[in-house]
Amino acid sequence: MGEEIYLFITLIFIILGALVAVETRSLLSSVISLGAVGFGLSIAFLLLMAPDLAIVQIAVEVILLIFLIRATIGRDVVPTTGHINWISLSIVSLLIVAFLLIGIYSFRSLLEFGTPIISAVGEAPSNSYIENGLSRTGAANIVTSVILDYRAYDTLGEATVLFTAILGALTVLRVRSRRELGGRR
Amino acid sequence: MKGMTLIVKTVTRWVKVFIFLYGIYLTITGHLTPGGGFAGGVVIACSYILLTLAYGREFALKNLSLGKASVFDSSGVLLFLIVALLGIGFGGIFFANFLQARYPGEEFALFSSGTIPIYNIAILLKVGASLFNVFVILSILRIVVEKDGSKKMVAEGDREEE
Amino acid sequence: MIYTLCFVLFLIGLYCAITKKNIVKIVIGLTLMEYSANLFLILLGYRKGGVAPIVSENMNITEFLATSVDPLPQALVLTSIVIGLGVTTLAIAICIRLYEKYGTFDITEIRRLKG
Repeated sequence: MGEEIYLFITLIFIILGALVAVETRSLLSSVISLGAVGFGLSIAFLLLMAPDLAIVQIAVEVILLIFLIRATIGRDVVPTTGHINWISLSIVSLLIVAFLLIGIYSFRSLLEFGTPIISAVGEAPSNSYIENGLSRTGAANIVTSVILDYRAYDTLGEATVLFTAILGALTVLRVRSRRELGGRR
Repeated sequence: MKGMTLIVKTVTRWVKVFIFLYGIYLTITGHLTPGGGFAGGVVIACSYILLTLAYGREFALKNLSLGKASVFDSSGVLLFLIVALLGIGFGGIFFANFLQARYPGEEFALFSSGTIPIYNIAILLKVGASLFNVFVILSILRIVVEKDGSKKMVAEGDREEE
Repeated sequence: MIYTLCFVLFLIGLYCAITKKNIVKIVIGLTLMEYSANLFLILLGYRKGGVAPIVSENMNITEFLATSVDPLPQALVLTSIVIGLGVTTLAIAICIRLYEKYGTFDITEIRRLKG
């Protein structure tokens, strides 16, 4: 067990946070619980030896929290009452239990936790990245050498998707606020 | 939007420089230590968002207007693409690391690994500017309740003039 | 076991996205699903007792090859997190527009008010 027990505790914390975020009535506390999930995820990344991801996740979570609070605060939230549709709820529960069973069944075909595929397959691409990354690209951080040299197309696609998403958000939001933008365009 | 209290403003005045420097540090040493363009960009966007929240929107827009932020955003993508296209000219293939092939720097030095720091800076510009842009647009719009009870969302500047 | 816990997080997000009527709750469910997918990819690449995929100065490369965790999922997830932020921002923008048009976050109300 050893170091895994911390990961275990962190995952249980994440699941509890997610349950609170789903089930609580007030939107603001729901959003804040989502923030707790994100910070727990950052700790899990740190325990899984991914420091790059931990830094990015913690900063992204802060910004996402600010955006979500901006969207929900001050809106009058009427808690959705009305009768619960028991038939559809039971169908959804059955579906989710079936999903869970299929998932548990299919996780047996994976390698055991803690033995990545690079240790089983000798000629996996990651082995070559780890072995030659420093000498070929000169970057000591292998993750950076993968995203910006070996697989830079991935980053180019990411930049395109981010650009499009931000452009979409600006287009959706800016109809009545053109004068505020400076007017020079 | 006049900003927050004096305590928040004073703390922000001291802290903003360090957050900004931390973002730049993460980016330019992204090929040696954990970090990189994504983390640096998001942290720099965080510093501007802190400035906006503490001092109000006008102060932040005086530092970095929306037009400038859009220019930074687009120039980040353009820098990324231009360096990638230069790889065709000098190295033969798209995204070739031609600087590393010609001037291999010393390992673990700051100026090493060719084009990777340039890509990092391009991503920093792109991510930071675009997130700041979206935040400012989100903070401009707010809801007013009209006289007949219907709600309407207007830009903040419009309401003050009416 | 740890994979199962990660999958439970995914199912919570799925449940939230299917059954909730509040549109912000649906966005929260989508975010939870995205988190769980990211976490699952990283769990697949973990090596027991491994080190982070960063070379330091006096480190033997063959020893590093035997102990490092898989850098490829980390690189893919690094871009995926930032894309997730962009997509969630777009979803929030659409939520705000819907609130402006209909005055509510409830999707049944929004359906009723259509047309």
